[in-house]
Amino acid sequence: MLFDALTLQLGYNATLVTVGAALLGIAAGAAGTFLFLGKRALVSDAISHATLPGVALAFMMMVALGGDGRALAGLLAGSAISALAGLLCVSALTNRTRLSEDAAIGAVLSVFFGLGIVLLTIVQSMNAGRQAGLESFLLGSTAGMLWADTLLIAGGGAVVLALTVLLRRPMALVAFDPGYAAGQGLNVRQIELAMMGLALAITVVGLKIVGLILIVALLIIPAVAARFWSERVEHVVLLAGLFGGASGFAGAAISATAPALPTGPIIVLTAFSIFVLSLLVAPRRGILAALLRHQRFQARVHVRQGLLALAQGQPIYERLTLRLMRRRGLIRADGVATEPGRAQAAVALLDERRWQILRTDPAHADAVAHYDGLTPLDTILTHDQLSAIDKSLTPEAAT
Amino acid sequence: MTTPEKQTLSLASVDGVRTVTEDLAVWPLAIRGLTVLYGSKPAVFSADVSVQPGKMTAIIGPNGAGKSTLLKAALGIIRPLAGQVTAWGHPIGAERDRIAYVPQRASVDWDFPTRVIDVVLMGQFRKLGLLGRIRGAQRSAALACLTRVGMEDFADRQIGQLSGGQQQRVFLARALAQEADLYLLDEPFAGVDAATERAIISVLQDLREQGKTIVCVHHDLATVPEYFDNVFLINTSKIAEGPVASTFTQPNLQLAYGGRLVTAQMGAAG
Repeated sequence: MLFDALTLQLGYNATLVTVGAALLGIAAGAAGTFLFLGKRALVSDAISHATLPGVALAFMMMVALGGDGRALAGLLAGSAISALAGLLCVSALTNRTRLSEDAAIGAVLSVFFGLGIVLLTIVQSMNAGRQAGLESFLLGSTAGMLWADTLLIAGGGAVVLALTVLLRRPMALVAFDPGYAAGQGLNVRQIELAMMGLALAITVVGLKIVGLILIVALLIIPAVAARFWSERVEHVVLLAGLFGGASGFAGAAISATAPALPTGPIIVLTAFSIFVLSLLVAPRRGILAALLRHQRFQARVHVRQGLLALAQGQPIYERLTLRLMRRRGLIRADGVATEPGRAQAAVALLDERRWQILRTDPAHADAVAHYDGLTPLDTILTHDQLSAIDKSLTPEAAT
Repeated sequence: MTTPEKQTLSLASVDGVRTVTEDLAVWPLAIRGLTVLYGSKPAVFSADVSVQPGKMTAIIGPNGAGKSTLLKAALGIIRPLAGQVTAWGHPIGAERDRIAYVPQRASVDWDFPTRVIDVVLMGQFRKLGLLGRIRGAQRSAALACLTRVGMEDFADRQIGQLSGGQQQRVFLARALAQEADLYLLDEPFAGVDAATERAIISVLQDLREQGKTIVCVHHDLATVPEYFDNVFLINTSKIAEGPVASTFTQPNLQLAYGGRLVTAQMGAAG
């Protein structure tokens, strides 16, 4: 069943939803990356919640004008206008008052959403008929998705993706260093608005599938997951698009396998599982890698300290040190130094003495910057430099 | 409550208008009547600055005296309340290609996913435009800038792995990549190691040899006579401006800093 879904063999509607969700995910992941990198991730939450009054108002207007209140294009246009109003409110509150952005987001998000719910309730009591289903914009609903809906998502997603690629350099620059960007003559506010505008477009386009409450996840989680894998903006954007697309595709496919599985939430959970995987196993930034790195470093420190203790004839008390040194064959089971142990201890002590000389000599300032108490000196200095240091070392060592 | 304040503020903008008749084209950077508000207090009040071409100028003054604010407002990074800023006699917007800015190191997130070479390449974004592609030429130019600050071995490092001094050198390399004629640096020597300080000052002196103009917000009074040709003393309003020999004097410093601190810092300098 899942295989059928993943290979798009579960029928027309499931195929439309799956393809649409994948395209939405790609665009959302890429566009959301810059918001995440610029530390404005939550702006997208305010934007998405601000769509609701627009949806309800658009419905009322279309009914009042005698049309079908549920025409998707009209509802999306309404949602875009009210989301834009919400975005401008956040922007104005942040720029023109002393409110910080998080406070502005909280205020705008809750007020717009509350207004939207009130309007929805009014819509429910209207005698227009067929208004049921408007609340499906909250969490998305893919039942009865049409070819035209998929086209809309594909078109909107493509435009967002193209703009993201076009504006990637100014957006990265503003996210990294807005002061320098402004010094270069870039209009920082406009570029920030463009970043948020792209998120707005994604929100509107994604209302049908993911819904306004969860769309923030599709904008942010792929970028957060991608950040674990790369140290370059372009790669993070690329990976975020990939992760978003994969979440959309797999999530929609999984939800198509059973009638009771809601598409939007399943997509978000799929994205979340990619995030957890990245968090755990990503090289360098992942938790496991960090743990491993920490342990290796700890082992080096313990062995080094153990060797120095050996060289100076001091007893070693720490269990971990003893175990590590035994395992490396530096001491015997009874704690007495082995032949290689004694040799390495001598080298460690010599290195420490050499470091002391290096520190007093400003000519070696560059080398001293590398000092971590662990790195063997012969990997930092040349043989000649070492023997020069050893010359000044000899009389001191003799005493 | 602020009637007198309002009057003086409007005077500041009148100041800006007054200076238009002067020939500003000789100054790489000329600031007239610049006033910047922070909340309801001026952070910089009616400042006139004339930056001499081919010289190194230090902007000095106590903490919170508006040094960085002056620089940022001159560049249009923050919007001034009043005043006029020209570069070689033109509005600053028309001369952006010739101006390089080095912000304070602490102003950015150093965990940003970018490598050293990518930061330096940012210096060429303006010339590349939206559609220009980064090619070998840009890359080797960026590498050359890194070499000038002694950071060529770090080109592929993630910026988060750099020390403070190395970060500062990368920022300077990015400014060099702009091939500008006027360099505005915000506290380039703050919190850097001695090796970095030497590297930066030697790069700046090379630039001056080439006839470039350099302005630094500077905090270390002890090094002013050694590093700089001119000083601009500020404490919200301008205190004094001119060559180090005639301007960096005990009475002027006293005006800028108030009595005690100066004695202490000048003692360290002497």
